[in-house]
Amino acid sequence: MSPDKTVFQTRGLAKIYDMGEVKVHALRGVDMEIYAGELVVLLGPSGSGKSTLLNILGGLDTATKGQVTYHGQDLTRATDRELTYYRRFYVGFVFQFYNLIPSLTAWENVAVVTEIAGDPMKPEEALRIVGLGDRLNHFPAQLSGGEQQRVAIARAIAKKPAVLLCDEPTGALDSATGIVVLEVLEKINRELGTATVLITHNADIAEMADRVIYLSDGLISKVRINEHKKSPRDLHW
Amino acid sequence: MPSVIASGVSTFIMSVSTMQSLRLTQAAFYRDYRFADVFASLKRAPGRVRRRILEIPGVDVVQTRVAASVNIDISGFPDPVTGDIFSLPDTGESLLNKLYLRQGRLVEPFRDNEVVIGEAFAEAHGFKPGDKLGIIINGRRKTFTIVGIALSPEHIYQMPPGAMFPDFKRYGVMWMGRTALATAYDMKGAFNDVALTLSAGADINDVIDRLDEVLRPYGGLGAYGRKDQLSHRYLSEEFKQLERMAAIFPVIFLGVAAFLLNVVVSRLVSIQREEIAVLKAFGYSNLDIGMHFVKLIFLIILFGVAVGTAGGYWLGRYLSTVYMEFYRFPFLKYELRPAVAVVAALVSGGAAILGTLHSVRRAALLPPAQAMRPEAPARYRETLAERLGLKRILSQPDRMIIRHIGRRPVKSLLTVTGMAFAVAIMMVGSFQEDALDYMVDVQFGLSQREDLAVTFIKPTSRRALYDLQGLEGVQHGEIFRTVYARLRFRNRSYRIAIQGLEPGGDLRRLLDADLRPVELPPSGIVLTDYLGEMLGVREGDRLTIEVLEGGRPVVDVPVAALVSQFIGVSAYMDISALNRIMHEGNAISGVYLSADPIYQPRIFARLKGMPRIAGTEVREKAIRNFYDTMAETMLIFTFINTLLAGIIAFGVVYNSARIALSERSRELASLRVLGFTKGEIAYILLGELGVLALAAVPAGFLIGRGMCAYIAESLKTDLYRVPLILEMNTYAFAATVVLVSACISGLIVRYKLDRLDLIAVLKTRE
Repeated sequence: MSPDKTVFQTRGLAKIYDMGEVKVHALRGVDMEIYAGELVVLLGPSGSGKSTLLNILGGLDTATKGQVTYHGQDLTRATDRELTYYRRFYVGFVFQFYNLIPSLTAWENVAVVTEIAGDPMKPEEALRIVGLGDRLNHFPAQLSGGEQQRVAIARAIAKKPAVLLCDEPTGALDSATGIVVLEVLEKINRELGTATVLITHNADIAEMADRVIYLSDGLISKVRINEHKKSPRDLHW
Repeated sequence: MPSVIASGVSTFIMSVSTMQSLRLTQAAFYRDYRFADVFASLKRAPGRVRRRILEIPGVDVVQTRVAASVNIDISGFPDPVTGDIFSLPDTGESLLNKLYLRQGRLVEPFRDNEVVIGEAFAEAHGFKPGDKLGIIINGRRKTFTIVGIALSPEHIYQMPPGAMFPDFKRYGVMWMGRTALATAYDMKGAFNDVALTLSAGADINDVIDRLDEVLRPYGGLGAYGRKDQLSHRYLSEEFKQLERMAAIFPVIFLGVAAFLLNVVVSRLVSIQREEIAVLKAFGYSNLDIGMHFVKLIFLIILFGVAVGTAGGYWLGRYLSTVYMEFYRFPFLKYELRPAVAVVAALVSGGAAILGTLHSVRRAALLPPAQAMRPEAPARYRETLAERLGLKRILSQPDRMIIRHIGRRPVKSLLTVTGMAFAVAIMMVGSFQEDALDYMVDVQFGLSQREDLAVTFIKPTSRRALYDLQGLEGVQHGEIFRTVYARLRFRNRSYRIAIQGLEPGGDLRRLLDADLRPVELPPSGIVLTDYLGEMLGVREGDRLTIEVLEGGRPVVDVPVAALVSQFIGVSAYMDISALNRIMHEGNAISGVYLSADPIYQPRIFARLKGMPRIAGTEVREKAIRNFYDTMAETMLIFTFINTLLAGIIAFGVVYNSARIALSERSRELASLRVLGFTKGEIAYILLGELGVLALAAVPAGFLIGRGMCAYIAESLKTDLYRVPLILEMNTYAFAATVVLVSACISGLIVRYKLDRLDLIAVLKTRE
């Protein structure tokens, strides 16, 4: 891939958590790239550093050592305010526990983001993409877990982000519902061309990726390019 | 949390113990210094009449005295000063109304040039024992040496006769030996003042009636009991006012404290939902778990109550000392009854334990497995305002704010109520100042407009007016006549000095309910509306005037009009009509003067040299002096109120915000992740409190107005009626204090919000 298609690049990225007496080395020098339009799965057991890596890419956390750039811009030197605007305009997040605003309806949960974004799609459009065009006025308490997660995805994509970062998006869902959610993510990646980074400890899910980056003990142990990526519909776990 | 309990408890204890101590101190002073039960003034009675008074059934101790109204001449102080001198027995102690000596000694037996003066008067002029004083008794000036400075249970509250305000510089109470005073006042072997105590079980009204009977031939002006004794009455009214405050404020405080405790404790328990589930899974019973929390809360309350009691004791003692000095009690009996602390502990403890049990019950009722799972998303719905069409103009953060308010309407309402009470407390503090200003404006701006009121020793001829008008600097003069009388209507009566005025006068004007001047009718009597109410008369009714001086005529006159007046009550008549009743031609008691301020010192000097003049009252200086005295007290009160209101507003806002922060940190962290700035999420959290605070302001105005109205209504007496006047400033200041304290607590929470750990918050499941 040509360098101008590089969305993220990390060099010697390290993160040390100071837990009083003990120092936890979450990342120990990670070098990697994420390219435009690809769907990457970060695979690793819990404690391997994948969430830390995702948080640093998303501007939620800062590295202790090393460098991370977004389209050539150095995120390691950004101020809190710059990171806030970076998240606001370029990054879409999806979490394991959805993190919807309980006091807002599905439509409003998306609108809360489109109101502050640069060139968003309409909230109803985003919800249609995730298959919830008929549940616009439901509050989170009235939606199932899978539906809540799809609202969260709609909220993440409505701003037309450059990257979509998903932290165990199916972790709290049963497998049938999880597959529906993954289908939505795959469809967005395919139709909108949004670079998508998906964290999981479930090796089966890795089959839908363009590339799989294996993490263990804070280091990249292997990178595998999926020659024959599967559709989520064909996944089982 | 203990701080909330502590401040609630300490205000409660402060108010209640201060009130109790003031009452206790007053009672002790009255008892130890033999404050009399019945008082009477008369023209002159021979000493032997004392025996007849003693024979009245129910009378215990009788003290006859000579009392004289005098003019006082103080070198270096040009203003007219008047005083009242009371006789002390030549030998031995007073039987009643004994003096408490602050400095010096009592008068030596039969010394005719020694005087003991009241402390307030002494302090106002900086007098010490040994200083000299010129006193004009019966028109003769004599120099006296001050030998002692004293307090008397009879004059705790010192008011010049007929005046509206205390004026310690221009009015003094003094005591002299009986023989010396009687000689100077032409009262040898006679008396003109009686005080007596009742024996146990005596009927005071019966004694008063019989005493009037005995004194009638001697020019008795009507006996009265303690409840009509001036100092005691003013003191009682002030205590009543303090008691109202002492009742209202702590209730508000304990109420707010109870509400906050309930909220905080409920939150504390719901955070521990999982721990409760784990304990239950291990086999702990609901009772065990409930007791665990109750013990925890009990410890917190114990600590709060202990600190609050100590603080309340200290504050109460301090406040009592302030009052003691203000009212001039010789000593302070401060006492904190354990019952007061127990009540405070029960109220705050009860509220906290209720909150605990409620939440523990909710947590404990769930099967452990379910309790260990995160709570389902809270249920929200669109608020009424949105369904009515407001929705379109609201952004998503706005909607979050109003839905969060709408989800817990009771809690939101209580938060608003708490802050509203803070606003109300501020208003009650300033209300008294506003009302006082207004009362003074009306009374002295519209009604009593003279600069000087000159009173003669005896009713005199109209010529005196021309003498006074001739003085350089006097612009205008109007005559008046005062006649002591008892007004009677059916079974009600009231003792008063009827004022005869000249019709068409400009210095004394009568005002109708809308404060417009009314003409004095040529016949009939005009009463202050409140006096009319007390007597139960209406315009056109005929009431009986029983004159208490001269030939003591009794006549029936129609009530010609009722007029409006805030300070005191009055009865007015046309001076000619009044003189016709008295059969006294055109006698006058005194003259109201308006005078050029520049000439006033010279006028005072001339007046001092006129033997027939009993006293001169300088209106403007009396008012200013009164304000000076009041200013300090008002300042203390405003300060205390501001502090209390600030603490309440701060406590309510801070606790609400902190709980909201802990409940909603996940939601707010999510928004931060989505790209909301710190300011934008602060808006959502604090915006809710802002809305509630803004709603509290008008609500507080209403509550405050209601509280002021209640206080004004309950303080209506013939001494004064406080009008419900609230200036714009009062509203603005009350709102400002509360909003500023809300902002300060908001800023503290904002500081915490800025340090929200996004990752940590999002990692944990709720």
